[in-house]
Amino acid sequence: MASQIHSDTLVEINNLTFKRGERVIYDNISLSIPTGKVTAIMGPSGIGKTTLLRLIGGQIRPESGDILFAGKNIPKLSRRELYQTRERMSMLFQSGALFTDMSVYDNIAFPIREHSKLPEKLIEKIVLMKLEAVGLRGARDLQPSELSGGMARRVALARAIALDPELILYDEPFAGQDPISMGVIVRLIRSLSDSLGLTSVVVSHDVPEVMSIADYIYIVAEQKIIGQGTPQEIRADDSLLVKQFVQGQADGPVPFHFPAPNYQHELVKGSY
Amino acid sequence: MQSIQLLGKNTLALISGLGRAVLLLSSALLHRPNVKKGFPLLLTQLHSVGVKSLVIILVSGTFIGMVLALQGYTILVGYGAEASLGPMVALSLLRELGPVVAGLLFAGRAGSALTAEIGLMKATEQLSSLEMMAVDPLRRIVAPRFWAGFISLPLLAAIFSTVGILGAHLVGVDWLGVDSGTFWSVMQGQVDFSKDVLNGIIKSVAFAFVVTWIAVYKGYDCEPTSEGISKATTATVVQSSLLVLGLDFILTALMFTR
Repeated sequence: MASQIHSDTLVEINNLTFKRGERVIYDNISLSIPTGKVTAIMGPSGIGKTTLLRLIGGQIRPESGDILFAGKNIPKLSRRELYQTRERMSMLFQSGALFTDMSVYDNIAFPIREHSKLPEKLIEKIVLMKLEAVGLRGARDLQPSELSGGMARRVALARAIALDPELILYDEPFAGQDPISMGVIVRLIRSLSDSLGLTSVVVSHDVPEVMSIADYIYIVAEQKIIGQGTPQEIRADDSLLVKQFVQGQADGPVPFHFPAPNYQHELVKGSY
Repeated sequence: MQSIQLLGKNTLALISGLGRAVLLLSSALLHRPNVKKGFPLLLTQLHSVGVKSLVIILVSGTFIGMVLALQGYTILVGYGAEASLGPMVALSLLRELGPVVAGLLFAGRAGSALTAEIGLMKATEQLSSLEMMAVDPLRRIVAPRFWAGFISLPLLAAIFSTVGILGAHLVGVDWLGVDSGTFWSVMQGQVDFSKDVLNGIIKSVAFAFVVTWIAVYKGYDCEPTSEGISKATTATVVQSSLLVLGLDFILTALMFTR
């Protein structure tokens, strides 16, 4: 698909195959993430969407294929090069993954203290700006255990943008959020991309939220990319699989039932 | 046939586990240390691993010394040899009980805590998030904890032996009436620095290495679920206790047989 390869592509995945044990998670997929845009990767749960983020972050290595981040092939980098490259990206984990032994303030200051030699005075200003951006400047002295789920994720987002990365990987940012914090996070992801030119990759299965913020959407199922395009194109897509997913139908090409022996037969015969 | 398969499977698992443990330790420790960042981390860990183990070490040390004196006295007095109470207690503690019991207590108190802490960090994605922040969790999390354990246990074992001897003095001299001068002077004459004290220290250093290594490895390598963490914590205590005892026999055989 040569048309997809722009010069302004930040991440490019070519012919990627990944297996977990015997199970094939990705079978020879290719996709590209445009610079400065919000790209969403959607699909049913359990098909390895988070795995894709970990592959981009170099935490796991693929069976074969290339993952290019700004021209660097992540799976081929040495440990030192990989750590240098990771300073330019960051990831928002589903659980937030805040350090439980540090206050909110120290959590956000942590990556800055690790990677810069800035004086503490300047670090304080950066931390306060990041906290203001997520609306939690008043929570600077709280411990992670005192935060609600939604607040924890916003603090984690503030930490993820602390070093102004080029790429943010969002792992299920909407899962388990109440409508209000969902709205806050949707707005933040969009505005980070619009105002700072950040490249975002959002992995999610929340169709309406993703449709509202994504510039480009990939739908992944059955080890392949089954659909892609702008939200309008996805809505207009008439492939059965994409339709089933976008419209949330219980049964369709992706069956409602987990593979099982014949129902009546099993009921009559019984297992015992 | 099945049992041969099982044997092969377990052996392979053991060897690959050993390999992972060696890799973990070497990549955590073999690098240029960053004193400015590393030292405060080490101090924090020395506090939580070492200082917080002090109470259990002090209390058990005192009681073991007291019991040794009590038992030793009732036996020795039958031969009129209660003057040898001092060296008997001191040699038992310095050569064997100090390093071994301190090692066992340390595995239960600090080793299990290390495993659970690192395992929970893995389960809550804190280790992954460190990696993604381009901070190596092996250097940031594992290395200071390993060094803290490695430094703490020999000191704790020395403290254990010291309070044990004081406890023995309390029972033997203050209660049962062994002469205080005899207690100390016979002990001084019988205990050899390089043979008894130094060998005891070498033992405790070996135990410190093994126990802390197992603890950090089990935590880092655990299955990131509640069941996995509970298994890993149990494995830390069981395996390090058994290894301390086994290693103690080997070291004793090497050190004290002619």
